[in-house]
Amino acid sequence: MTEQSNSRRHFFKTSLLAGAGLTLGVRLSQALADDAPVAGPGEAGSTALKQGLFAPNAFIRIAPDNTVTVIIKHLEMGQGTYTGLTTLVAEELGADWSQMRAEGAPADTETYKNLAFGSMGTGGSTSMANSYLQMRQAGAAAREMLKRAAARQWGVDERKVTVSNGVLSHAGAGFSASFGEMAELAAGMPVPENVTLKNPEDFVLIGKNNLTRLDSEAKSTGKAIYTQDIQLPDMLVAVVAHPPRFGAAVQSVDDSGARAIRGVVNVVQYPNGVAVLANDFWSAKKGRDALEISWDTSKTPPLDSEALMARYKSLARLPGVKTTSAGDVDAALKGAAQVISAGYEFPYLAHAAMEPLNCVAQITDAGCEIWNGEQFQGIDKPSIAAVLGIDPAQVKINTLFAGGSFGRRANPHADYVLEAVQIARASGLQQPIKMVWTREEDMRGGHYRPMFYHQLEGGLDEHGNLTGWRQRVVGQSIVQGTPMEPMMAGGFDPMSVEGSGEPYEIPNRSIELHTPAAFGVPVQWWRSVGHTHTGFATECFIDELAHATGRDPVEFRRALMKDSPRHLGVLNLAAEKAGWGNRLPAGRGRGIAVVKSFNTYVAEVADVTVKADGSFTVDRVVVAVDCGVAVNPDVIYAQMGGGVGFGLSAALGEKITLKEGQVEQSNFHDYLVMRMPQMPPVEVHIVHSGENPSGVGEPGVPPIAPAVANALFAATGRRIYQLPIANQLAA
Amino acid sequence: MKLTINNQPLELDVEPDMPLLWAIRDHAGLTGTKFGCGMAQCGACTVHVDGQPVRSCITPVASVEGKQVTTIEGATEASTITQALQEAWVHYNVPQCGYCQSGQLMSATALLSSNPAPSDTDIDSFMAGNICRCATYQRIRAAIKRAATQLA
Ligand code: FES
Ligand code: FES
Repeated sequence: MTEQSNSRRHFFKTSLLAGAGLTLGVRLSQALADDAPVAGPGEAGSTALKQGLFAPNAFIRIAPDNTVTVIIKHLEMGQGTYTGLTTLVAEELGADWSQMRAEGAPADTETYKNLAFGSMGTGGSTSMANSYLQMRQAGAAAREMLKRAAARQWGVDERKVTVSNGVLSHAGAGFSASFGEMAELAAGMPVPENVTLKNPEDFVLIGKNNLTRLDSEAKSTGKAIYTQDIQLPDMLVAVVAHPPRFGAAVQSVDDSGARAIRGVVNVVQYPNGVAVLANDFWSAKKGRDALEISWDTSKTPPLDSEALMARYKSLARLPGVKTTSAGDVDAALKGAAQVISAGYEFPYLAHAAMEPLNCVAQITDAGCEIWNGEQFQGIDKPSIAAVLGIDPAQVKINTLFAGGSFGRRANPHADYVLEAVQIARASGLQQPIKMVWTREEDMRGGHYRPMFYHQLEGGLDEHGNLTGWRQRVVGQSIVQGTPMEPMMAGGFDPMSVEGSGEPYEIPNRSIELHTPAAFGVPVQWWRSVGHTHTGFATECFIDELAHATGRDPVEFRRALMKDSPRHLGVLNLAAEKAGWGNRLPAGRGRGIAVVKSFNTYVAEVADVTVKADGSFTVDRVVVAVDCGVAVNPDVIYAQMGGGVGFGLSAALGEKITLKEGQVEQSNFHDYLVMRMPQMPPVEVHIVHSGENPSGVGEPGVPPIAPAVANALFAATGRRIYQLPIANQLAA
Repeated sequence: MKLTINNQPLELDVEPDMPLLWAIRDHAGLTGTKFGCGMAQCGACTVHVDGQPVRSCITPVASVEGKQVTTIEGATEASTITQALQEAWVHYNVPQCGYCQSGQLMSATALLSSNPAPSDTDIDSFMAGNICRCATYQRIRAAIKRAATQLA
């Protein structure tokens, strides 16, 4: 017996005392070993595991009660990753779906790193893609150990032991056992060095069933626990006052009114604000509202988003940094029989997740403990340690469900997490402090999808062939000035231009970028990042070019994507399912758009009805998606529908504007998000594919706005050059 | 303040102007009812007062003294309408992030209480006050219809 299996046996003996069975990979960090109050979908955390040993692949725990818990390294924020990653493990393990559980991983940033980032975090629609083999291998290794254990117990040949639906059996001898029954023995088996994964034809869970999401019940009964719901002994709630302009500083505070309010315990000042600490939210908020703060805004410019857009437009008249270049676009445009030009304007957008930002922090002599819908452990953990001057090992993060994020909870500066930590530190208290932003702080807190302007020129020859494409993009960089700036190795932020002009085969092409120097408005990725604007500009402009040539927009696209079979696949499927080419009555229009983002290909067709007063409805959306192997079809349907809804919401009414340096919007009465009556029926078709799975959280978003804009053109003959669409057609 | 929440009489030591939402969450310890906007815009905080849906974030606790307050926890226990809706919610895997869903369920319960067989338009207009940023609207519609059928 090897040393490794001896240590496993030792682990097993100690953990059995604590009521646990086989822990595969048994790399339980301190965080897991401690009593986490809530670590999973509405369940009390892993109190069963008191003993911490370390070994790679700490992803599976099989208990004597026959439950299989998968430790999920990604944040569950609605995208379905708890269900998705658990499906992978269950498939290879041969488990029954009803015995599967999921639990958030501790911030053991090396063990649980995102293999696509090299650091622990969730984003870029990578959760499924980076976990596909890793989770299956973890499940397969557990299966082999269970089979070995069964073979040992029954005295049979291991190769004759089969496993399915959570039952180990030996047909010849008539033996059978559950995983729970075999957990003790399996823990002593050596970890297999190589495992064979199932052939896709043998999948029984992946792609085959509409599994009940592991979080559906907790989220349908009010039992799911979010950061907002954390209640700890002696916990205080902090409500904050932020500067009226980004970057302004506190000059002086009169907190006497706040301190007079019943329930208020303390008022603290920290680098970017003032916080009132109280026994409950309401007292803290009353205290916050009673603060008299004078802010020093002298170093902050009186930014105005209209003036900013005017500046962007003038920048777009000049050549920018070339991010893609082929042929000679100037010559092509000069020699073209027809040149079409269009400019597209995009506002700042707020993420506005339903759960306003919040974070619980507790600083004690032992270190710092965080409770959070934690999306970016790889950044947040070292940032907290650096601010407090402690070792990262002294930072413990409990990851809870997030009530949405759309990118916001993964901040390259760890902004709101550090704010909670700074408040806790400034208070000098050792008790837990729950920082809660009101909706107004959330809406005005910056870190928006940046404002952008795109200027496009397209050249057509006398036969209607597209010979030249110039796209000038103007907008702030998301990573410039952040620890992620190395992403700009090529001299520009690739997220500012990603997808521009793609996948169209045009001989002379130039994508150029202007990145204005930082001017104080914090920006961040917002569900589908650069594709939110590049997809719109590209897909609306290609549609405009198609019409200029008198060709059908689908035909026109097809001819320009001959070497992009997966684009073609979704384009054709969406067109066919939507009945593309069928005549529509007057006042109605149909539009299409196709965008690849995060390695997933999505085409969407939107049908609209425009009334005489210029108001309109989106009547139906047809989606075709190619995301490789469709692991959980039901989750894919949900994410496509949700992506369409999220993108449509922005297209119809969302915008953040600045006047005199202040954000004008503050809550849902003036930041208009989509409500149920505006939600069209969405019909989703999945392309059958054997490619490795890619993500679905973001890629449903980009095509909807251009599909709707193109449909509005089809109905009215009028183009949309500015988002949101709002009531432009009424003018 | 003397309140009755989910048929439980409670005496809470809070100011009369405190919104019912915070009395429920921070003092009664029931966290199923959510904070989303604080100004009656999103519906995340929806509870029932004497059977009627109200936005607890703008309802002073003093105004519900002597009335019956029902939260998602109480409705889960006692309301056959809520239970039918929950069965349908799980059947269709309605929730994504889930944060809005307690409010959606409390509004949907109120809808089916007053209109046992709602049309799409009835559903849309009744539910328009409940925002879902994950845009689960389509599944909410389907689930309400399923529950209505089951209850019929
Ligand atoms: S929190 Fe009450 S309606 Fe939004
Ligand atoms: S499920 Fe996320 S807000 Fe509704």
